[in-house]
Amino acid sequence: MYTPSMLESMAKVSANRSHRLQEKHPRLAPAEKDSLLRAFHPDFRADTQRPVQVGPNAGDRMPHELVDLLEASSAVDPEVPLPSPSCHVDVLIIGGGGAGAAAALTAQELGARVLLVTKLRLGDANTVMAQGGIQAASKANDSPAIHYLDVFGGGGFVNKPELVQALTQDAPLCLQWLEDLGCMFSKERDGTLLSIHGGGTSRKRMHFARDYTGAEIMRTLRDELLNQKVPYIEFCPALELLLDEKGRCGGAVLQNFETGRPMVVQAQATILATGGFGRLHVSGFPTTNHYGATADGLVMAYRAGARLVAMDATQFHPTGVAHPEQMLGQLVTEKVRSIGAQLVNVEGEQFVFPLETRDAVSAAIIRECTERGRGAVTPTGQAGVWLDSPMIELIQGAGTIRRELPAMWRQYDRFGIDMTKEPILIYPTLHYQNGGIDIDEHGRSIQVPGLYVAGEAAGGIHGRNRLMGNSLLDILVFGRRAGRHAAQHAVTAEPGALSLAHVARCNREVAAAGLGQTKAPILLPDYVGRS
Amino acid sequence: MTPSEPEVITIHIMGKAYQVPRGLTIMRALEYAGYRLLRGAGCRGGFCGACGTVYRTAGDYRLKVGLACQTVAEPGMYLTQIPFFPANRAQYRLEQLKPNLATLVRLYPELPRCVGCNSCTKVCPQELDVMDIMARAMRGDIAGVADRSFDCIMCGLCASRCPAEEVQYYVAILARRLYSRYLAPPARHLTARVREIQEGHCDAELSELAALSPAQLKQKYDARDIEV
Repeated sequence: MYTPSMLESMAKVSANRSHRLQEKHPRLAPAEKDSLLRAFHPDFRADTQRPVQVGPNAGDRMPHELVDLLEASSAVDPEVPLPSPSCHVDVLIIGGGGAGAAAALTAQELGARVLLVTKLRLGDANTVMAQGGIQAASKANDSPAIHYLDVFGGGGFVNKPELVQALTQDAPLCLQWLEDLGCMFSKERDGTLLSIHGGGTSRKRMHFARDYTGAEIMRTLRDELLNQKVPYIEFCPALELLLDEKGRCGGAVLQNFETGRPMVVQAQATILATGGFGRLHVSGFPTTNHYGATADGLVMAYRAGARLVAMDATQFHPTGVAHPEQMLGQLVTEKVRSIGAQLVNVEGEQFVFPLETRDAVSAAIIRECTERGRGAVTPTGQAGVWLDSPMIELIQGAGTIRRELPAMWRQYDRFGIDMTKEPILIYPTLHYQNGGIDIDEHGRSIQVPGLYVAGEAAGGIHGRNRLMGNSLLDILVFGRRAGRHAAQHAVTAEPGALSLAHVARCNREVAAAGLGQTKAPILLPDYVGRS
Repeated sequence: MTPSEPEVITIHIMGKAYQVPRGLTIMRALEYAGYRLLRGAGCRGGFCGACGTVYRTAGDYRLKVGLACQTVAEPGMYLTQIPFFPANRAQYRLEQLKPNLATLVRLYPELPRCVGCNSCTKVCPQELDVMDIMARAMRGDIAGVADRSFDCIMCGLCASRCPAEEVQYYVAILARRLYSRYLAPPARHLTARVREIQEGHCDAELSELAALSPAQLKQKYDARDIEV
């Protein structure tokens, strides 16, 4: 399965491994990092984005693939009369990942009548795929303030301060919440939570549950949702939000995904926890993301009048699988670098400090494989650089990979690659939408009353670049905050007559601009007939 | 056939033959063949357990299993997906439970019915020793169940093959939650930090930072010390 030139390159990587154990590649100086990003990060390429022509962000540049959806017409015909509401709840939560689950548990605990609807199964979301960890300033040498500084620096100093404050201050509280729910974090014998660095952290505050951190969090939250008998409907995506005559959100139009039958749910407050846009394959990249990550929430909220922030900043995870082909684009967790693996080129030389922020490492890998021509090339022509995983065993002891990275080891083993002995070939992969819907510290949409947003669908928390371990954190922080505030808001909210008048207006606007031939939300990517 | 054309293999999806390029995962082969997956597809990365698949290859009596997103389609495969399995799940309040065998048996009375046939272990796509996990459960070894079952993705294939009608993955998550809540030593440093935050000791420092301009923050960021 390896070509002769790959084998030759792997021999070089192996030959100088002991030498590299002593070698520390320098970190990028701030100016160096800036010019590297401008020259090689896909966000800065002229052909990857364009200004959107309609809606609240008209004139703002975003990836073509997202603009296509924002400039589409609705998948619902607003002229067709809606079925009468099948139920009226206090809080409708759209999305069954970590953010939606946290919101539902919190809102119901406060006495709200809750309904959670989700496009696929409960827990089918990016949460379950997050391997690396969750940040929280839990240790004596750390503080929410130090965490705050790291988040801001990683984000390029354009984050919204009140959101970062909420994120870093609530982090230990959320971790404690999970502990109490019986979430199995990796610990020392005395109960001290294990913690390591992630890219861009100044303290070792990445807590983890082996390398199934997101899976462990999601299955615990799902189990608790079932214990608490939170009402939920699976295979039930939302198609549009419903607004009253004052533009307040009062529920959504949903669809039974299997029968196609539409359904209306009226709600005092609505929480969007629909995730991001990974499955739009921005700039043609493969993705680490879940099957359902098709930006549905962004499309619905945008039509309802919500503004999007930092949508031109896309996170490419530096280490996506480049080989074997069957795993192309899948995530190789940052933890592999956190515990010692270096990044090396076809000659077996380091070219970047392994724990720079994700945007910088991605840009450095792209530079190595394009301008410098020092990538190794797979049988299908995919270039990549080596992540020298065998170093982990040399530094941390034999058996570390199978103990600390069981998911990763297993995935490679299924395709006959032993990452304890062979380096693995990687290339950046589409990972995260840094931006999203504009919210305040309670998760409230700034523009649309009655609408709340939590998780990847929300923007402003991470600025232009999220750090590892802050997404498992933000789904909990803002899921719980949105759940809490929505439950309180539900008591006094008095939505008027609900309609899709805003959708009709959007359809007219896109038609007037000569757009709207396609329909959105798309709900799932189209892979039918493709190899 | 020119060398650049991919080799084509025949697979049987629910008994119907399709030709697909060699090398695709079962999931991508289903899609190549024209299926738009609603059920039976999730994370597409081996974590969510949505795509449990049962198959047999021509001439072999043995049933095999795999995750459709992680298993390469082989020539002559006869396959079907198990996108949902009706399993019994106990309802409980974690905070009212005791971490012992009696709890496991009260919530899952079928637990001692295990006949030790090892079907669960043979069917696990995560290659967990499920029968050993169940043996530990029957001994009340909650820590052992938690540790050995940690990589479970709750796909349900074990339950689907169990002649004793056990629901191994629900027993396992109950054990993990009991272990983590009651048996694992608590993270005292975390509880201490939570108290500090709740008593407002972290507010001033955070508000100070929130009031800084981006330029001032950048200066602080570039000067921050980094733990080695």
